Amino acid sequence: MIAFDNVAYSYGGGELLSEVSLRLAPGSFHFLTGPSGAGKSTFLKLCYAELLPTAGRVTLFDREVRSLSRDDIARTRRRIGVVHQDVQFLDHLPLAANVTLPLTVSDRESSASDLADLLGWVGLGQMADALPPSLSGGERQRAAIARAVIIDPDVILADEPTGNVDWEMSLRLLTLLVELNRMGKTILIATHDLNLIRSAKSQVAARVLRIRNRRIQLAGADL
Amino acid sequence: MRDRVVPPSGPTAWLTTFTAATMAFLAVFALALALASGRLADRWSEGLANSATIRISAPADQMERQTQVVLELLSTTPGVASARALTDDEQRRLLEPWFGPDLPISALPIPRLVEIIEASPGYDGEGLRQRLAAEAPGAILDDHTRWRRPLTVAAERLRFLGLVSILLIIGAMAAMVTLAANAALATNAQVIKVLRLVGARDSYIARAFVRRFTLRALGGAAIGTILGMLAVLALPSADAAGGFLTGLGFQGAGWLLPLLLPPLAAVIAFAATRFAAFRKLRELT
Ligand SMILES: Nc1ncnc2c1ncn2[C@@H]1O[C@H](COP(=O)(O)OP(=O)(O)OP(=O)(O)O)[C@@H](O)[C@H]1O
Ligand SMILES: [Mg+2]
Repeated sequence: MIAFDNVAYSYGGGELLSEVSLRLAPGSFHFLTGPSGAGKSTFLKLCYAELLPTAGRVTLFDREVRSLSRDDIARTRRRIGVVHQDVQFLDHLPLAANVTLPLTVSDRESSASDLADLLGWVGLGQMADALPPSLSGGERQRAAIARAVIIDPDVILADEPTGNVDWEMSLRLLTLLVELNRMGKTILIATHDLNLIRSAKSQVAARVLRIRNRRIQLAGADL
Repeated sequence: MRDRVVPPSGPTAWLTTFTAATMAFLAVFALALALASGRLADRWSEGLANSATIRISAPADQMERQTQVVLELLSTTPGVASARALTDDEQRRLLEPWFGPDLPISALPIPRLVEIIEASPGYDGEGLRQRLAAEAPGAILDDHTRWRRPLTVAAERLRFLGLVSILLIIGAMAAMVTLAANAALATNAQVIKVLRLVGARDSYIARAFVRRFTLRALGGAAIGTILGMLAVLALPSADAAGGFLTGLGFQGAGWLLPLLLPPLAAVIAFAATRFAAFRKLRELT
């Protein structure tokens, strides 16, 4: 699905990520950890072509990102649901319209009952008409998850999806992502919440990637 | 829905409409000027290109003789293709607009007119004048090409200026729509980024802006065109203002030309916004 071959990335200064080679197989469940500023968000941005690698090759759905046209990138993003760390919504549209935005921009219909189910699932059933600026941090994150999955993507990338929610809600969101994984979605969650990772491991065969010294390595059972 | 993904732009939206209306209003006048001066130039140059008139004022008993002298003289003047005296009827028709139809031509001391058609190359105006002075003292060469030609040139310049004005107005409108579109794109940078990240194609995003600006320009230009045409219509008509001045108005099918302005404004807004939007979008991944 997503493959990195000897990828490096730098924002202009020194390299933030170097010699990254890895593969996210279809249906796999990965966590990405590392200290703050290690480059977790940067890695995710490389995964959905918001950033292009400064060296090496990133391959999305068997196509090298540099060979993708702008329209190809748009189409590729419809197969990748992203929960951004700093979630942005269209503040003038109600939550429901924001959640269905990926369908709207790809000229697809959204079913009202699917939307209601999804909002109920993330605990926002009553908030469909609320405007994004009126949402709490946790509500925004849950809305972001709903927006990421509504288009039925093959891959879900979540950047600190539980950063602003209590433990109970974290577990609920995790369960949601695990369920999506059981439905065959490829999942990658960037987090430094080790408890979340432990809970996940009891539910699913999750692997942990760790950023250390600009490299990304598969962590052992030690975590 | 598609139009709602970009937030409504509030009062600035009216600036585009207002600009388009103003430009269309001005363009109507520039067009009227170009068409009217074109007509003027055509009228002044047609027929006059190689004709002149000799006006003979003489006491009634000498009139016939002097006319004869003048015609004979002209027949031996190199550069004159033909010459003939206008008949009373023709003279009456020429004077009718000023004195009415029942003019007793023969009873009035009205000069006799001799029309000259010039050959090419033409005659020597100064030489002819001197010979006339010597042989038919009442005859005066009225070489209207000499004074009408600069007028024709002026009318042609006026037409040119009118056309240049229209081009400038079109250019100014494209520039203003581009500025307005760039401002809207900058204001909505965050919106555009979100749309891109959820998988919107450039054309989808551009369309939301293009549609808006095209409709505003179309609406504004339609208003401006209608107001401009009403204003032209309200100008005093050519007849009332005197036969010499051609009215600054549209005639016949000319009234259809300003109707092209609104669609033209829409096309310009469409192209300018689309260009600005795609240029802006290329800055994003
Ligand atoms: N647009 C940018 N321009 C320059 N430097 C940047 C940019 N974005 C991020 N960085 C830098 O790159 C480094 C990694 O940032 P990144 O957001 O990937 O870290 P992270 O691992 O996600 O951190 P956190 O856990 O705090 O979210 C940081 O030092 C950051 O300052
Ligand atoms: Mg981050």
